[in-house]
Amino acid sequence: MTTTPTELKYAASHEWLAADGTVGITDFAQDQLGDVVYVELPEVGRVVEAGETIAVVESVKTASDIYAPASGTITAVNDALSGTPELVNSAPYEGGWLFKLDVTGEGDLMDAAAYEAANN
Amino acid sequence: MNQSPTEPLKRTPLHAAHLRAGARMVPFGGWDMPVQYAGVKAEHDAVRNAAGVFDVSHMGEFRVQGSGALAFLQHVTTNDVSKLKPGRAQYNWLPGVSGGLVDDIYIYMVAPDEYLTVVNASNIAKDWAHLSAHAGEFDVTLTDESDRWGLLAVQGPQTESLLQPHTDTDLSSRKKNAFFPARLFGFDVMLARTGYTGEDGFEVFTDASEAETIWDKLLAVGFTPAGLGARDTLRLEAGFPLYGHEFSDTIHPLSSTYSWVVKDKTHIGHEHIRTAPTQTLIGLKLDRVPVREGYPVKVGGEVVGHVTSGTSSPTFGHPIAMALVNAEHATLDIFDVEVRGKDHPATRVQLPFYKR
Repeated sequence: MTTTPTELKYAASHEWLAADGTVGITDFAQDQLGDVVYVELPEVGRVVEAGETIAVVESVKTASDIYAPASGTITAVNDALSGTPELVNSAPYEGGWLFKLDVTGEGDLMDAAAYEAANN
Repeated sequence: MNQSPTEPLKRTPLHAAHLRAGARMVPFGGWDMPVQYAGVKAEHDAVRNAAGVFDVSHMGEFRVQGSGALAFLQHVTTNDVSKLKPGRAQYNWLPGVSGGLVDDIYIYMVAPDEYLTVVNASNIAKDWAHLSAHAGEFDVTLTDESDRWGLLAVQGPQTESLLQPHTDTDLSSRKKNAFFPARLFGFDVMLARTGYTGEDGFEVFTDASEAETIWDKLLAVGFTPAGLGARDTLRLEAGFPLYGHEFSDTIHPLSSTYSWVVKDKTHIGHEHIRTAPTQTLIGLKLDRVPVREGYPVKVGGEVVGHVTSGTSSPTFGHPIAMALVNAEHATLDIFDVEVRGKDHPATRVQLPFYKR
């Protein structure tokens, strides 16, 4: 069973957004991807629109685009992922976060119950 | 894939067993196949260090029988089938009429005038049409037995020791490319000391109705179920070309390092195969960013080829790839591979990446 914390908001494309602007991919998404081997992160300072392709998570098998769940400016990226990309698998809601946004407008996001219902 | 979206995916005799084992199923060549169970890396490591089992029942089996069987096979393949003896297997190519390969295949000699061939799952219909079209001038009968057989690949350094207590055959006496009837877990099977992972192992030809029981017994004695994901990382580390990636109807087959598969004989398309290929298959390693099929390979900013298969190597911990590049560039040591618009340096390395 994968987990879906109730305090987060979720995009249909499997990113989560925390109240402080932190973004990652869901436990469900990392489970589907399998062993993550490389993460390509955006540059700090980049201004993005909700729904824009903003990062890439690569597993052994495939490269998957990550989309911005909200509009805003990138304020930080998770540098730990350059050495330990497997954090995305082992701690998708904690050490495996991808980047932080100074949010100016949310995209079309779901609560945990809606996200779980959409992926069952 | 030529699969139409409305056509239902075919299922192997092990479909229920895969679901029981927690497989993630994906469409592959018209079949609903397990891509992974526990995870690609864990399954890959199990095969490299212990023993794994793959369902390869989706592959096709054609029986070739008759007094003209050898002459027919000599006509439709590039390798010398006359070198085979009963109980031996041979890797071979089906050349196209006007260049490229229809498929790469394995031929198992059952008896004089009787052979079993194993073809790639996605090519079953194409191979059958091709072989049938060329059989007319030979005294030969072709039978498509693809639905009759379950086929399991048991691979890895512990394979022989795990199987030995459950068969009546002394496995240590059966060397690479041996093909022989055996009792396994009380069932009549054919065993072949062949495989596609770069490890020692066997392919187990079972009656389709008995495949699931044999699969369960293999898991019970310690084989790890392994899916298409691990099969691909293993074969790529071993430098094995894959049809649809390193081989195709249009890629010159001698672009790969497998020129030994072409012997001095007359066969379909022999005049095409004996022309010099303009591209060469090379191995590349990168530091960090994985590269995938189709990514451009460059020298000095100029595109000189493309990646045919790429992954992050579970054994080595860095990305590896095979690429087709212009023959005149194939001896260079440093290339760039373009990934999402940015060039990343790649070093040419000898194939295979991994050798047992």
